[in-house]
Amino acid sequence: MSRLRQVFEEGVLAPLVALLVALVAGDLLILAYGQAPGAVWSLLIEGTWGNAYGFGQVLYKATTLTCTGLAVAIGLRAGLFNIGGEGQLAAGGFGAAIMGLWLPSTTPALLAVPLCVGAACVAGGSVGLVPGVLKARFGAHEVIVTIMLNFIVLAFLNWIVSAHLAVPETLHTEGVRAGVLPRLSAMIPAFHGSAANWTLAVVLLAVGATWWFLFRTRSGYELRAVGQQPDAAEYGGIHVGQAWWRAMLMAGALAGLGGVNFVLGYKGYYEDGFAGGAGFLGIAVALVGRNHPVGVLLAALFFATLSQGGLAINALVPKQMVEVLQGIVILAVAMAVPEVRRLVRQAAGRATGRAR
Amino acid sequence: MILLFLAQTLRIAIPFLFAAAGGALSERAGIVALTLEGFMLGGAFGAVLGSYYGGSAWIGIAAGVSAGMALGAIHAVACIRFRADQVVTGVAINLFAVGVTRFFLDVAFQSSSNSPRVAGFGGEGLSALTALAANPLVWMGVAVMPVLAFVVARTTFGLRVRAVGEHPQAAASVGVPVTRVRYVAVVWSGILASLGGVYLALDQHQFTDNMTAGRGFIALAAVIFGRWHPVRAGIACLLFAAAETLQIQLQAAQVIPSQFVEMIPYLLTIIAVAGVVGRSRPPAALNQADA
Repeated sequence: MSRLRQVFEEGVLAPLVALLVALVAGDLLILAYGQAPGAVWSLLIEGTWGNAYGFGQVLYKATTLTCTGLAVAIGLRAGLFNIGGEGQLAAGGFGAAIMGLWLPSTTPALLAVPLCVGAACVAGGSVGLVPGVLKARFGAHEVIVTIMLNFIVLAFLNWIVSAHLAVPETLHTEGVRAGVLPRLSAMIPAFHGSAANWTLAVVLLAVGATWWFLFRTRSGYELRAVGQQPDAAEYGGIHVGQAWWRAMLMAGALAGLGGVNFVLGYKGYYEDGFAGGAGFLGIAVALVGRNHPVGVLLAALFFATLSQGGLAINALVPKQMVEVLQGIVILAVAMAVPEVRRLVRQAAGRATGRAR
Repeated sequence: MILLFLAQTLRIAIPFLFAAAGGALSERAGIVALTLEGFMLGGAFGAVLGSYYGGSAWIGIAAGVSAGMALGAIHAVACIRFRADQVVTGVAINLFAVGVTRFFLDVAFQSSSNSPRVAGFGGEGLSALTALAANPLVWMGVAVMPVLAFVVARTTFGLRVRAVGEHPQAAASVGVPVTRVRYVAVVWSGILASLGGVYLALDQHQFTDNMTAGRGFIALAAVIFGRWHPVRAGIACLLFAAAETLQIQLQAAQVIPSQFVEMIPYLLTIIAVAGVVGRSRPPAALNQADA
């Protein structure tokens, strides 16, 4: 089998099948609501990729989703299921805001931005490190720990913001004094009003860095080896526990980076509940993106389009339709991936059987 | 005072008990129960639809249970027939349930926040205790864990569930229909967990957006904290409910911030899986689709 064909069959075919399923399910929902599918779909495209504002919003949403998607993908590459993206994302945003509030307003941007971004990564990374260490040290299952940790982190942030940091009558902090990232509309006026900002550039760098790390460095190789077969990796001299906590540390840092997008790029302050499910959607992004950094980026654009598209079609069908579709896409991809692999193998088995 | 405290604890515990029963059954059969939240939400919405259009709480129960059954069946097909990753399908079912209930809340009641008032159990003006006793779901909720414990420990079906969850190959080799047992267990887990949502909705006489608010995950925490044993999981549910009741009653006094009381179930669960106080070990074949 040629390499290209293998990539297509294992990476692209399953998401395509799932997309088709979702499209049909969407058609049925639209018909059930008494609208014409064609009109709704074209409205969805028009409202997202069809104008600069919509596209800017897609870019903004995709920025966060890329981060949370990478956080799940890097965990899965190490054989760990990181469901903690939601808490890591919120903690990252909080870290960025605290640093931005603490720095004097005279701090030059060249210093303030890296410090704030760093604070986001440290905060997200520490939340990620907890399940990593508990897994490496005690064998605690990371799925359980990350789920429970989400609630703990969100409750803690809710408390510290509402009790100590919030502007009275709100659930957000004061505006940060340093480290604000300019919006893209400052350079490209057509984006006016959309929240897309320079976090996008930082995140694109992170996508490249993640790719480089996973496929071009020794610890990236070790991480993937542990994910493929921990016992064999251990036998090959790799410290499995270390690979686990490193992977979770990086996952948390990447999800935390996503918090920068909202706090420094969009609002300029930390607001309770800003994560709003983007951490959980990261699971879908990683799944559709097949745990590859570039795939994650594309999948993030897809889910961001759906989410922004919901607002565009609200005139014809309830915007909640896209939430149903998101669920269906995830279910369909999750089912299609093992099914397609099985069918491809069966076909390959038959072909080689005949050749013999 | 103490009686009121116990009554309030029970009232909060009922949804946990139903959902945790569903969770224990599913996980003992080897299928991860991240879906409890979605099952509950589906049950709550079904109950309101049934009670609104059928005009009776009993029709509400039937409709809510059907919703839970349907969601359970979807989850079962996805992770048993298609061998999808159970954690992923669990997350998907939860997102799907939120989306579907929101979509049809808009379709049926033209609202994005809540349904109109529907019939529940018990008339107006009952005291807290009599209202509790007049609700058949309360009695079912109290009974569910002991009954499940009996089923799991003493019946053929229970033995098969345990076998399938611990060592499916061995179970298959002695003629246990592994796939069928898992299907039945997951669909039943949908039914049981949805009853928790049904209770919530009928108790509040309406559906509000995302009204389960993480209770499915508290139930999952109870299952894990109770080491996958129904009775212990039930005790964990009561414990978590008592903490919540205490928090509600102490709210005026502001002794501890409510957020820290909210953390208790999750902290205890992390401590339990980290094995600091006795290791809790999941069923051996949990999340292994390849039987």
